[in-house]
Amino acid sequence: MGRERLRVVCYSMLLAVVFLAVWQAAVVGNKPGKGLPGPAAVARTAVEMLANPFYDNGPNDKGIGLQFLSSLGRLAIGYLAASVTAILLGVFLGLSPTLYRAVNPYVQILKPVSPLAWMPLFLYTIKDSAWAAVLVIFMSSLWPTLANTAFGVASIKRDYLNVAAILQLSWRRRLLTVILPGAAPAVVAGLRISIGSAWVAIVAAEMLIGGTGVGYFVWNEWNNLQLTSVIFAILAIGLIGVLLDAGLGKLSRRFAYSD
Amino acid sequence: MFLEIDHVTKNFPGPDGRGEVCVFGDVAFGLGEGEFLTMVGHSGCGKSTLLNIIAGLERPSAGGVVLEGREIKGPGIDRMVVFQNFALMPWLTVFDNVRLAVRAAHPAWPAARVVEWVQRYVDMVGLGGAEQKRPAALSGGMRQRVGLARAFSTGPKVLLLDEPFAQIDALTRGVIQDELVRMWTAGRNTVFMVTHDVDEAILLSDRIALMTSGPGARLAEIVEVKIPRPRTRADLIDDPEYLRLRTGILHFLMKS
Repeated sequence: MGRERLRVVCYSMLLAVVFLAVWQAAVVGNKPGKGLPGPAAVARTAVEMLANPFYDNGPNDKGIGLQFLSSLGRLAIGYLAASVTAILLGVFLGLSPTLYRAVNPYVQILKPVSPLAWMPLFLYTIKDSAWAAVLVIFMSSLWPTLANTAFGVASIKRDYLNVAAILQLSWRRRLLTVILPGAAPAVVAGLRISIGSAWVAIVAAEMLIGGTGVGYFVWNEWNNLQLTSVIFAILAIGLIGVLLDAGLGKLSRRFAYSD
Repeated sequence: MFLEIDHVTKNFPGPDGRGEVCVFGDVAFGLGEGEFLTMVGHSGCGKSTLLNIIAGLERPSAGGVVLEGREIKGPGIDRMVVFQNFALMPWLTVFDNVRLAVRAAHPAWPAARVVEWVQRYVDMVGLGGAEQKRPAALSGGMRQRVGLARAFSTGPKVLLLDEPFAQIDALTRGVIQDELVRMWTAGRNTVFMVTHDVDEAILLSDRIALMTSGPGARLAEIVEVKIPRPRTRADLIDDPEYLRLRTGILHFLMKS
């Protein structure tokens, strides 16, 4: 096992070195500021940006840390609101096959819609671009959690619900001690997919609304032709995505159970 | 009668979706308070369905079940079920599985009293030390001990045992049967058990109800077990009454 792991790490490092070498070779000879920047230039920009991530020189010039914080803030609000909504709705759908079948066609129609398609409607109705972006996050993280919660609740073993019925548990206790823990592995799997799609959607949403956030930052740097910043932002977005997923992964181990 | 099974019939929808198939029909008998009655029959005679009807988890197609003069309309904590596959919440510890039941039975009790009561029943089934384990970490025998502790801890009027030892290995089975007898002797709950193990039925029961084979199963007869208690497996082997009963029941089962 230890040997296998070592080989995996070696191959990974090798891939990174090869990739960086090819990249550097492809851009060598480009004049600074012209053509695609190489890894060295991106690294210099990264060091520069990380040296002072939280500076604020007005609306068009903020540190990368501030941009990420404002994106994560939006993500938190939209994602939490969507998760609570999806879990509550999913419990009802999971408990009632009739309701599930009645609602399912609408869910199926709405699910494949890109969350960004809602943006004009949100802008028109609430007339606030910051909240419109939050609602886009809401839409992007609603469906996976909803579908998984409904499935998880519907697949709770009949026996557990029978025990709850025999013990005549109150609705609240039934929800908290039987239904939610029973469905928890499926719910958390849904939450994990949702946070991924929310993080994907936020960059595009912020490119559209402007102002703050990492999506806006990427677009702004493109307008300034600062491709080193764009490449660095791409890497940083990926890294934060991994951290978010790892956090949910921890949560899923916490709620796992085997009969 | 304390518990009256009043001419209960159960039909299921037919296999082709049309019409109905009678699982069992017109089953009528009663249990006295504190009595241990076991129903024996082949698979498919509907004995587990009847147990579920008494539990209130299923509705009879005709007839009804009356407990202390009141008709049973749904599940209730006065009729605890011990399930063949244990039905312990896998996300709760041993202690919390029993505590869930005790809290439900005694909502007014302070937490300390609940904890003390749970501990008493956990100890009674010999699971002291395993309180914080999840069911998945326990053997089948230990899981059913939790099932028994959970059922007895609420002090139910009627205990419904649905083939409780079927999934437990033969050696452990005897030990847990003894534990069941001990707890039943102490509490004198009324027990309705379902099994297809004839020896188990004779060892534990006051009376044994014999079902013919389904579909359309009927209650054939109820035989009394006149072997004095306490009974032990060792005594039974040479008891002529045991041999007579055992032979009679086995003949009946092979015939039907």
